[in-house]
Amino acid sequence: MTGQLAGAGDGTTAPAGPAAAVRIEGLRKSFGANLVLDGIDLSLAAHEVICLIGASGSGKSTLLRCVNLLEPIDAGRIWLSDEEITAGGVDENLVRRHIGIVFQSFNLFPHMTVLRNVTLGPVKVLGSSRQAAEAEARELLRRFGLLDKESDFPDRLSGGQQQRVAIVRALAMHPQIMLLDEVTSALDPELVAEVLDVIRELAASGMTMLIATHEMGFAKDIAHRVCFLEDGQIVEDAPPAELFTDPKDERTRRFLRRIVDAGRL
Amino acid sequence: MSRRRAAALSTLSTIVVLGALAAIFIAAPGSKQVRHTFFSPHAMWQSLIGNPKQGYYSVGEALWLNIRMFLAAEVLILILALVIAVIRQSTGPVLFPLRVIGTVYVDVFRGVPLILVVFALGFGMPALALKVVSTQSAAVYGVAALVLSYSAYVSEVYRAGLNSVHQSQVAAARSLGLSQWQALRHVILPQAVRTIIPPLLNDFISLQKDTALVGILGAIEANKAAELYSDTVFNYSSYTVAAILFLILTIPLARFTDHLIARDRQRRLAGAVR
Repeated sequence: MTGQLAGAGDGTTAPAGPAAAVRIEGLRKSFGANLVLDGIDLSLAAHEVICLIGASGSGKSTLLRCVNLLEPIDAGRIWLSDEEITAGGVDENLVRRHIGIVFQSFNLFPHMTVLRNVTLGPVKVLGSSRQAAEAEARELLRRFGLLDKESDFPDRLSGGQQQRVAIVRALAMHPQIMLLDEVTSALDPELVAEVLDVIRELAASGMTMLIATHEMGFAKDIAHRVCFLEDGQIVEDAPPAELFTDPKDERTRRFLRRIVDAGRL
Repeated sequence: MSRRRAAALSTLSTIVVLGALAAIFIAAPGSKQVRHTFFSPHAMWQSLIGNPKQGYYSVGEALWLNIRMFLAAEVLILILALVIAVIRQSTGPVLFPLRVIGTVYVDVFRGVPLILVVFALGFGMPALALKVVSTQSAAVYGVAALVLSYSAYVSEVYRAGLNSVHQSQVAAARSLGLSQWQALRHVILPQAVRTIIPPLLNDFISLQKDTALVGILGAIEANKAAELYSDTVFNYSSYTVAAILFLILTIPLARFTDHLIARDRQRRLAGAVR
């Protein structure tokens, strides 16, 4: 997809070797005097699932929002496939259609039915016909057990159902990568499982995912790699078996001890 | 308290209050004079149907001009106010000068009394002696003044509505790849409109009456027609007719607004249960 996102001839260099699905270099972001991301380097291969863990305020959500260009960054570069999306002249609307994001609080459009929520992007952004978009939306809704909800408005649905619709809405855009921002944090405990099951299925189907989560057990199960963030830095980046059982950094150990003490792992 | 007892009590108290007010009115020393001057059935009927040969016009017919001015102004206000609101809500650095103009506009036209704006346009524009601009009827200048003044208020209503839609809705829309305009059009505005309809209708009830101010430019609207009658016949009952006609015009809109507010409230309550 070279040249698809950027204006012609802007001279951004593609990294050597097989392109990562997403590559982040030296990302810095602050809100006023508050430095939230302090030099993040992270590379995500196609079909890879990475979980970001860390205390609230460690920068997980901001990192995801930066990748989706929802937050302007202060320094650093981000590539999607082999295209630098932080270069000048990049059409952010074109970038975002390739990146799906699911938010903690669902953010469904309350004035639209489930079906319209899912088809809005394909129809208005991808230019699909309504019939084609609806057929595909129904297929996705069926896959995630939501077909009988297509005519309902979001406030009719449980939190778990709403979050599954939000995932379907993102998937309907055929994203190259999905960013999940603490998607179970706003749910009642009994509704968490149905959403995690959907994400498991996505991982099994080979979806590339960057997941910010507080669900340690889930991260352990699903992630190929787990990154522990503290103070806007990736303190430790390792396969889950290693990070959860034999963390190298003292800060990781301290964090995991608190999680264990809280009975969350 | 049973429902029937409550109904009986409210009926009784209404009769007592209205009766007391009527008694005060009738017992007042100048009552007879006032009834003759303001409520003479003969004068009311005369002014309602009008008699141009005698030098006065039908107040009822003149109301038609108020209605037309109201309708024209309403449409233009809805459009102009939305443009101002969207400009003032914009964030792009390129639009900064427009934002300044929008802010100054709202400050000025909310601050200057409507009657002065009517005077300024109604007498100022013809004085400029330009083609087209200076040769319009009083009603046109009046509508222009109403549009300028009310758009400042209504743009603030729009802005409140736009702000009532949570920023996360914008994020959700933009994350799908929708442009800023598409997000506004498909996600933000439809939600904002729901919250602003009651305050918007409230402003329009006010606009309906304020069309009477255009009479000072000489346009024969209901209030002006009533004035011409009283000047000719020396009886003020024509103003009572005008007042009643304005009430007939505004009360249905007022009840409709109440209805929408009640429905919205019910919907919200229903939503909170789930």
